[in-house]
Amino acid sequence: MSTVALPERAHVVHAGVHAAPTSFWRKYIFSLDHKVIGKQYLLYALAMLVVGGLLATLVRYQLAWPGRPLPFMGKLAPEGMPSGIMLPEFYNSLFTMHATIMIFFAIMPILIGAFGNFVVPIQIGARDMAFPKLNMMSFWVAVPAAVIIIWSFFVTGGAAGGGWTSYAPLSAIQPRGQTLWLISLLILGLSSLLTAVNFITTIINMRAPGMTFFRMPLTVWALFITAILLLLALPVLSAALIMLLFDRTLGTTFFLPAGMIISGQPWPNAGGGQVLLWQHLFWFFGHPEVYIMILPAMGITSEILPVFSRKPIFGYRAMAYSMMGIAGLGFIVWGHHMFMSGMNPILGTTFMLSTMVIAVPSAIKTFNWLGTVWGGDIHFTTPMLNALSFVAMFVIGGLSGIFMASTPVDIFIHDTYFIVGHIHYVLFGGSLFGAFAGLYYWYPKMFGRMMSERWGKIHWAITFVTFNLVFFPMHFLGMRGMPRRIYDYTQYSLFKNLQPMNQFMTICLFVLGAAQIILVFNFFLSMRRGKVAGANPWHATTLEWQTASPPPHENFTGRIPTVHRGPYEYSVPGHGSDFTPQNETPAGPPPASTRAHG
Amino acid sequence: MHKTRFPGAVRALRPALFLFLGAAALAPASASALPFWLRLPEQASTYAHEIDGMFHLIMWITGVIFVIVEGILLYFLWKYRHREGRRAQYTHGNNRLEVIWTIIPALICVMLALMSRGIWTKIKERMPQDALQVEITGEQFAWNFKYTGADGKFDTPDDIITLNQLHFPVGKPVVATLKSKDVIHSFYLPEFRVKQDAVPGLKTRIWFEGNRVGSWDIACAELCGLGHFRMKGFVTVDTPEDFQKWMAEQVSAQEAERQQAAPAPAPAQTQASADGAKGGNS
Repeated sequence: MSTVALPERAHVVHAGVHAAPTSFWRKYIFSLDHKVIGKQYLLYALAMLVVGGLLATLVRYQLAWPGRPLPFMGKLAPEGMPSGIMLPEFYNSLFTMHATIMIFFAIMPILIGAFGNFVVPIQIGARDMAFPKLNMMSFWVAVPAAVIIIWSFFVTGGAAGGGWTSYAPLSAIQPRGQTLWLISLLILGLSSLLTAVNFITTIINMRAPGMTFFRMPLTVWALFITAILLLLALPVLSAALIMLLFDRTLGTTFFLPAGMIISGQPWPNAGGGQVLLWQHLFWFFGHPEVYIMILPAMGITSEILPVFSRKPIFGYRAMAYSMMGIAGLGFIVWGHHMFMSGMNPILGTTFMLSTMVIAVPSAIKTFNWLGTVWGGDIHFTTPMLNALSFVAMFVIGGLSGIFMASTPVDIFIHDTYFIVGHIHYVLFGGSLFGAFAGLYYWYPKMFGRMMSERWGKIHWAITFVTFNLVFFPMHFLGMRGMPRRIYDYTQYSLFKNLQPMNQFMTICLFVLGAAQIILVFNFFLSMRRGKVAGANPWHATTLEWQTASPPPHENFTGRIPTVHRGPYEYSVPGHGSDFTPQNETPAGPPPASTRAHG
Repeated sequence: MHKTRFPGAVRALRPALFLFLGAAALAPASASALPFWLRLPEQASTYAHEIDGMFHLIMWITGVIFVIVEGILLYFLWKYRHREGRRAQYTHGNNRLEVIWTIIPALICVMLALMSRGIWTKIKERMPQDALQVEITGEQFAWNFKYTGADGKFDTPDDIITLNQLHFPVGKPVVATLKSKDVIHSFYLPEFRVKQDAVPGLKTRIWFEGNRVGSWDIACAELCGLGHFRMKGFVTVDTPEDFQKWMAEQVSAQEAERQQAAPAPAPAQTQASADGAKGGNS
């Protein structure tokens, strides 16, 4: 296939080309360059990560010491925390916004917006994304969404407090902050949709000569599949958001059944709606969304393990196929979020089966990661330590998922801290460690200098230990039945004695949060003081390392490289060095193309 | 490449691993000696032990997988750490291994699903005959309970209505119909392993049976607004005699209230206000 397509593809590659910008505005602000847009997304996501993290510390403070005043917050948020004592409605806003910001404004932008944008075009050997202007628009549409979601803290009634899932009809009767939440996510959804279209087009059409689908790095595979998931799942969320927005503002009743009585008064526009419709629509999007947030991190991990094991990835095709399997199955498991919702219990059984089956591709990936480090020559660099943490923590997050997949067990642990522990092992232990790994790995390519390895390792060690001390005990809280989203659990005799454990977790979270200051300093100081990286500091094989750091405008000087082999050819017998770049011209007669992968 | 040696830390972890394995092996013998936060709450309903059994089965299976996978990972990291002159093996995978580690997890997962199904069907699909009927209506932020009274029928003048107080006799199943007046609530009895959302516009039936006398808290497990955390009720499982006595007290209290309230139309009115969601549930 690759040889036939050669001349055409060389022609197509020029589609994304645009002139090098000269003015400051065109170069750094309204840039068309995917590398600049990637960095913009990176700063955006890191800033929102800080906001989301601060919200989490307030949530955990309340859980450790319910009702204890926090005087400085009395000045910062006088409405939510008068004289420093947190109100229940403010608590509800805090965890709602923590989850919303982390999911939509931190994890998705850093994995898809930052690494996807920066890495994908260079890895496939393209000069830019297929639609550079659309790409710029994606980012600049995401900015007002962030402004609106932050702004919602300051409107009457405070920010949305119906949980990140915003179940109707509670979300229909919430104060104004909920409307801003809906508008913000609608705008952000548009941004993600544009990005998804751009990725799919770029990956299908703009691969370098010789870059067949099964020679693509697994990061590219992951983002390709993620983009398809986004394209199929996001419109459903957007539709649901619009319907809820209409219920709130135009008097429709999509989610409002007849006879609703709020505070003793009949709700004016109730009648004919279906409450569970929201949950079906939300989770039809929401479960693929979980995979949208984990697949890119899986791709990054699959990228980094071979580099620092100096070994080809184990089971390349199994890795790609299992990601496709996850994506496909991801659309038929949404009902497992609704086992206790009043949905027909027979449906619960079918969703349990599909949910159990989706554990299989994740298991395949884990075993292949083990296979990759087996027999390797392992270098414990900072990116490697974070990627290995991804594997180790994803195992816990995956295994704890089996508990809630079992419908009878879910009766007990549904809506308890067990679920909160599970999701944080997947999203922090998984996605965020994956993001850290990607950050340490591609930083030299992005900024031309290395981050400090010593401080990187200190940051990793503290983060890894305190992460587990904060989140593992959540499983114990869940085993004791402690509900999530609860302002004061000490009111219940069964949960009262969990307070010391909650205090321990909160103190560990303070350390975890403080450790991120190391990352911030390492990130900014290394831009000027870091060791100059050179083109290929990790001795890696993929195309982004075969060009300068940072890459020039249009990524490659001169001709686009021609790809001769798969992405992870490390320690090839008979080869002088222990890595063989994808574009290295084969010595002697060209090898049979079937050799690439087994 | 960067030279980094990391064997010390990994080696140090090995004793911890053996310690964990040893502790896991001893666990069943000393289950009651475990600290409270490693134990599930007491089992106050007839099916609680079945749910807990499934929980513990999954815990053992996933626990063993966890130890094996993380153990192999740590072992590989230690064994194949970078050494001067080491060169990694050149391999792209092994199809037989792929098949094995696809089939085994699939079999385990499908087995767990099938085992879960029986318990799930029993708890959520088959309602017991000859049960005490209760109607539970959630509202921001309280639980309303309605008993049929002497005639065995709901929505008649002799219905007994209580606020946040649920009583039922030990050893007799209760079939409850869950409703909500306003937003979604979730009826949660941790010690009974009971949880079911109360959804406006829906009637959801659940059942449970107490296996011991005692009293516990009822919580709301679905975020329902600013007072969600204090939507607390009380469940009391009585001996059959105590339950009859309690019921008689409710009947006479309700009679007294009615006579005090006003003449003729009062009963109908009391009922309408206490059962506001009725219109939406037909």
